[in-house]
Amino acid sequence: MANISIDTIKKIYPGGVEVIPGLSLDIAAGELCVLVGPSGCGKSTLLRMVAGLEEVTEGEIRIGGRRVNDLEPAARDISMVFQNYALYPHMSVFDNMAYGLRNRRMPKPEIRTRVDAAAGALGLEGFLDRKPRQLSGGQRQRVAMGRAIVREPAAFLFDEPLSNLDAKLRVKTRVEIRALQQRLGTTSIYVTHDQLEAMTLADKLVVMHAGRIEQVGPPLGVYERPATAFVAGFIGSPPMNFLPGEAHTTGVRLDNGVDIALPGLTGGRVDLGVRPEDLHVDPAGPVELSVRVVERLGATANVHGRLAGTDAEIIASLSGTDLPAPGDTLRLTAGAGKWHVFDAAQGIRLL
Amino acid sequence: MVERRPLLTFIQHAVLILGAAIFVFPIYLAFVASTHTAQEVNTGIPLLPGDEMWTNYAQVLGEGLSTVGAPPLGLMLFNSAVMALSITAGKIAISLLSSFAIVYFRFPFRVLAFWTIFITLMLPVEVRILPTYEVVASLGMLNSYAGLSIPLIASATATFLFRQFFMTVPDELTEAARIDGAGPMKFFRDILVPLSRTNLAALFVILFIYGWNQYLWPLLVTTDESYYTIVMGIQRMANAGEETPQWHLIMATAIMALLPPVVVILGMQRLFVRGLVEVEK
Amino acid sequence: MRTKKVTFRHRWLPYLLVAPQIAITIVFFIWPASQALYQSVLRQDAFGLRTEFVGLQNFARLFADPLYIKSFFTTIAFSAMVAGLSMLVALILAVMADRVIRRATVYRTLLIWPYAVAPAVAGVLWWFLFNPTIGIAAYALDQLGYDWNHYSSGSDAMALIVIAAAWRQVSYNFLFFLAGLQAIPRSLTEAAAIDGAGPFKRFWSIQMPLLSPTVFFLIVVNVVYAFFETFGIVHATTSGGPGNATNILVYKVWRDAFEGLNLGSSAAQSVVLMVIVIALTAIQFRYIERRVEY
Repeated sequence: MANISIDTIKKIYPGGVEVIPGLSLDIAAGELCVLVGPSGCGKSTLLRMVAGLEEVTEGEIRIGGRRVNDLEPAARDISMVFQNYALYPHMSVFDNMAYGLRNRRMPKPEIRTRVDAAAGALGLEGFLDRKPRQLSGGQRQRVAMGRAIVREPAAFLFDEPLSNLDAKLRVKTRVEIRALQQRLGTTSIYVTHDQLEAMTLADKLVVMHAGRIEQVGPPLGVYERPATAFVAGFIGSPPMNFLPGEAHTTGVRLDNGVDIALPGLTGGRVDLGVRPEDLHVDPAGPVELSVRVVERLGATANVHGRLAGTDAEIIASLSGTDLPAPGDTLRLTAGAGKWHVFDAAQGIRLL
Repeated sequence: MVERRPLLTFIQHAVLILGAAIFVFPIYLAFVASTHTAQEVNTGIPLLPGDEMWTNYAQVLGEGLSTVGAPPLGLMLFNSAVMALSITAGKIAISLLSSFAIVYFRFPFRVLAFWTIFITLMLPVEVRILPTYEVVASLGMLNSYAGLSIPLIASATATFLFRQFFMTVPDELTEAARIDGAGPMKFFRDILVPLSRTNLAALFVILFIYGWNQYLWPLLVTTDESYYTIVMGIQRMANAGEETPQWHLIMATAIMALLPPVVVILGMQRLFVRGLVEVEK
Repeated sequence: MRTKKVTFRHRWLPYLLVAPQIAITIVFFIWPASQALYQSVLRQDAFGLRTEFVGLQNFARLFADPLYIKSFFTTIAFSAMVAGLSMLVALILAVMADRVIRRATVYRTLLIWPYAVAPAVAGVLWWFLFNPTIGIAAYALDQLGYDWNHYSSGSDAMALIVIAAAWRQVSYNFLFFLAGLQAIPRSLTEAAAIDGAGPFKRFWSIQMPLLSPTVFFLIVVNVVYAFFETFGIVHATTSGGPGNATNILVYKVWRDAFEGLNLGSSAAQSVVLMVIVIALTAIQFRYIERRVEY
């Protein structure tokens, strides 16, 4: 167990492309830290710099207090699960897991014990003699996990480990990874672009955008109080609605002239955010929605439409059986504390 | 086949069988000739195998055609095998190493190294006959196995094939190996070479045939008949001056000369076909 | 030129790895080739005592030499016939084999192995088959009223080496044509059949156009083969005769060097051959580049 500290690191590719312009992050020992963001946000680059697969242009990375910038990946005491698993196709499952241990000259009996233990934990006992191509996708994923855990490293690094699995298996494996990580208590960094995966797995959620950290915090904290409009739009599904308007000391006046009372603001253009699941029907509600499409999901329904008098798209997640039809007009509202106000130009949270 | 046309299908098979027959015929006839006495061959070729097979083959294998100065076939077969296998092993070894360097390292002069290797494609033995002979002579490599094989083991083709294959090996495997503590040579030995097995086998077939069938080169560098290879030795017999050629023995030699590469190509047909089409891509 | 995105770092290892191949290439390829270039502008006197710089004189003499010009045209005719004959036969066989998919591998096995036979051995086999006194093919031709004799007739000798060279090459071409044909999606020919095109029409309107890159590629490969790899056939059989009728360039360069001991001329011939290989290789690579695009 070790903490990982990332201290004002930069990544500039030869040719001058700046992927990470300076970023700091501390991960406590035993914590599962999820890096989430759209593709190209630098999350994988960050992970690969921790692994030692990419060079750090500037700044310092420490694992367990030891500076690792100039260490080979093998010397950093980490292990990694790759998106495509990167299993050695010509080696058996056993050899795949044992390879790293052999390279470290571990005595054979101990290798045997460790691989057997890992195989037991992952339900791979019967497959140790198989080649990767004789396994299903889920089994391969578990071999990749096994290869990571037999090493008993200071940290696990996961690079989108579930994205090659089908939806059902993804949910199941997600739960298994969480349970395994909690049992072993190994510090982990987990990269994904799937916000649901991020929410369910993380102790610490890091939302990244364009090489920067937008927000760090516990998943629920990030969900309830997104620090920026980007985070608000990225975390949560369906995404948060943004209604453009003008801030006043008493509240926000939407572009269609409707006032929503929210004390504590000063002035200027804002986006008023509200999550679809926080909207509910209220005949006196301030948000008037002209319904275009109704998607029935079973327990709930997503009602798509426009804010009356504007072009702003709104989605409301409603439950119940009395659903509107296209063409209807609905009046909606949200509870106190469910409104989020962001500066329209900067995207920074105002309230 | 899209539709049924019995006549067309019949014609197809007929053409193919005829084609195959024409292909096999010269070899069949050579075999037939090698099983008769000289007299039978020289007075109207029989179309069915005779019963002199063991006598003829025993003679060429054991004694050779001493009258025309060709050594026993056994020795020439051995020389051919040494040459073919050295060329094959040498080409594969040096091409594996150099393509590994070119694909998996960035170093100054990398592009220069690549082009230096590439240039061998443009310089077959035939276009630099005399100077190459002079180099080999001045290195004292005439009449030696080294002289027969080493000058032929630079191969751009094999280097290209491996380079192409290495480019398709996923980067993540290299990264996983690095995390597992494997340095470059360990990665090469434990992962890259085992992954190249199919390519190695295909190249083995192609290069073995190439090496075995060398003709001009052994002709240049061997004057001592104990280093003759079988493919060039057969010419010594066929052009035996004024004497009537001993066709039954020449054909026995021809059969022995073509047997090893034919066995290799047929035994490893699948790999060969894949490798050949791959190499030229 | 591309490398892997993921590379190793090492100060001297990559040099050590390329060293053997580079060393062999320099000693046995680049050095001799540059020697040939160098010698091609020199002339030695009759006793090999003095050499002098003569510029392009060796080349001028070469191209003024009717024997060389004849050899040049002989080689071109020979290459054209070998490429044409072997490709035509291979194409016919491949089209037939492609249609009878089920037994294609059986036929492939039967047709593939002449490729393993050395050109020199192939030459000797056909030499025997066409031997004017005991050869069965010569006998058959005699029955048809043709008096075959490759010892006296230049055109007979040429026909013989063309057949021997093409025989071996058909296997190679066949493999590529078959691979090319089998790479054409079945759905295309099926669509054409539904559109009412018969087998012959389908061949000309669908398969042949899609096969044209293979055809082009094989033309280059076959010409290279006929130019440079057929030395053994000529040397083991006709020895360039009768009357230089089969004296192709690679045979002539060897004979002038090792029998004529004419250094300057042989070097100049080597240089001309080098130019030809380089041109052919360049064409081949342009083609490969183009194919990569698609």
